[in-house]
Amino acid sequence: MLELISTRANPMIDPAMHVWGWEIPVYLFLGGWVAGSMVLSGYLMRQGRKPGEPCVCNVLPWISLVLISLGMGALFLDLEHKLYVWRMYLTLQPASPMSWGGWILVLVYPALALAALLSVPDDLLGRWPGIARLAERLQAPAARNWLGIANILLGVGLGIYTGILLSSLGARPLWASAALGPLFLVSGLSTGAAFAHMIASNPREQVLLLRADNVFLAVELALIALFLIGLSTSSEVHAQAAGLLLGGPYTAPFWVLVVGMGIALPLAIQLLMSSHRIAHTIVAPLLVMAGGLALRFVIVSAGQYSHWITP
Amino acid sequence: MTRLGMVIDTHKCVGCMDCVVACKTENGVPDGFCRDWINQRLEGEMPALRLTITSERCNHCDRPPCVSCCPTGASHVHDYGNVVLVDHDKCIGCKACLASCPYGARFIHPEGYADKCTFCIHRVEQGLEPACVAVCPTHSMYFGDLDDPESEVSRLIASRRHFVLKPDAGTRPRIFYLE
Repeated sequence: MLELISTRANPMIDPAMHVWGWEIPVYLFLGGWVAGSMVLSGYLMRQGRKPGEPCVCNVLPWISLVLISLGMGALFLDLEHKLYVWRMYLTLQPASPMSWGGWILVLVYPALALAALLSVPDDLLGRWPGIARLAERLQAPAARNWLGIANILLGVGLGIYTGILLSSLGARPLWASAALGPLFLVSGLSTGAAFAHMIASNPREQVLLLRADNVFLAVELALIALFLIGLSTSSEVHAQAAGLLLGGPYTAPFWVLVVGMGIALPLAIQLLMSSHRIAHTIVAPLLVMAGGLALRFVIVSAGQYSHWITP
Repeated sequence: MTRLGMVIDTHKCVGCMDCVVACKTENGVPDGFCRDWINQRLEGEMPALRLTITSERCNHCDRPPCVSCCPTGASHVHDYGNVVLVDHDKCIGCKACLASCPYGARFIHPEGYADKCTFCIHRVEQGLEPACVAVCPTHSMYFGDLDDPESEVSRLIASRRHFVLKPDAGTRPRIFYLE
């Protein structure tokens, strides 16, 4: 028999920790989506194309600016001491992935804004000569090249830090996995690629992005397998945390919404699309995006529930 | 270098909660929250039952995950005694420290900042004991410098069987429970 009685009943801590609600998973999803979009548009930005040929990289930076602002809005709503948020930007804490993230977000905005400038029509730019001159300089191949590289690097940083942030909080055994950073990055890439091939008007790009998304989804499945194998074969406390997704209370949402509906089913549909057996449909990319959101909700919620079992 | 820590004799502690009340009074802890608490662990089968009562709080760890994860430096190790403290004016209430603490020792104060036990540093710096230690009616709590081999806490740890909470979490807690 083991009976535990505690007089502690602190809000957000007892009976199980639940400090982060919907805001953090939504931010992690939007941040991942933006990260994926930055990597893809950065890559496409550096590719040569015929004059007048449409590129999804003209649209993605604009959408990303909206998405990252919504994500940061969710992040702000989550803060309990909101008026002190400026304190983030008076310091850089090298040991804190959240601090890196704050600074990465500061760099993401100008990189996106400059990338967005590339697609502003000339007649609109004519109203602001200074910005027009900047846009003209950015159109030079070398500038486009460097801007593309900056978007790719910042996208990778943004995508991977969210996973490292969780895995650095060692008190939550489910998050104590080095696979979480790459998993969140690849999930962001698949979300970004799914959205991009859904809206791409250039058939050549659409095929490229569709195939890229299939690779990202396959890698995501492999990383999920590594994540679960790593935890299950680790210490008792980590194996028990993995059990939350392998028979425990989060099993159904994880396997049905994340793995089944969010990865396996859209991957199957998209493989048929890429081999031209079925026509392009928005169902598959929408499922991929919903799966990315579900992944964040399940991992954030289950991770908070996981805890050290020793007294 | 002073490294403050606490030793609690589980054979003397009766779980009276005087330490909890003293902490709330001394530190103005708001209603519905606590910086320290009592856990009772009953294990075994009748008639061989074993009851362990532990007065728990922030462990002021030597490897505090709440400090390393803090994005603003609000959670920090104080110069005096290596006590882990929160600078309320730097805290943005992101709750990473709550998530990183395996002991559940932190909470969000109604004013928005992360709050927890301070080892009553305002009293300790004046040469007094923490409020919980000072009021304990069974004298089950000891407080002092763990780096001083002659201190009462060091001698108790050296001479008595003891345990710490969640040792495998890797935080190196500085509250020791005598068995």
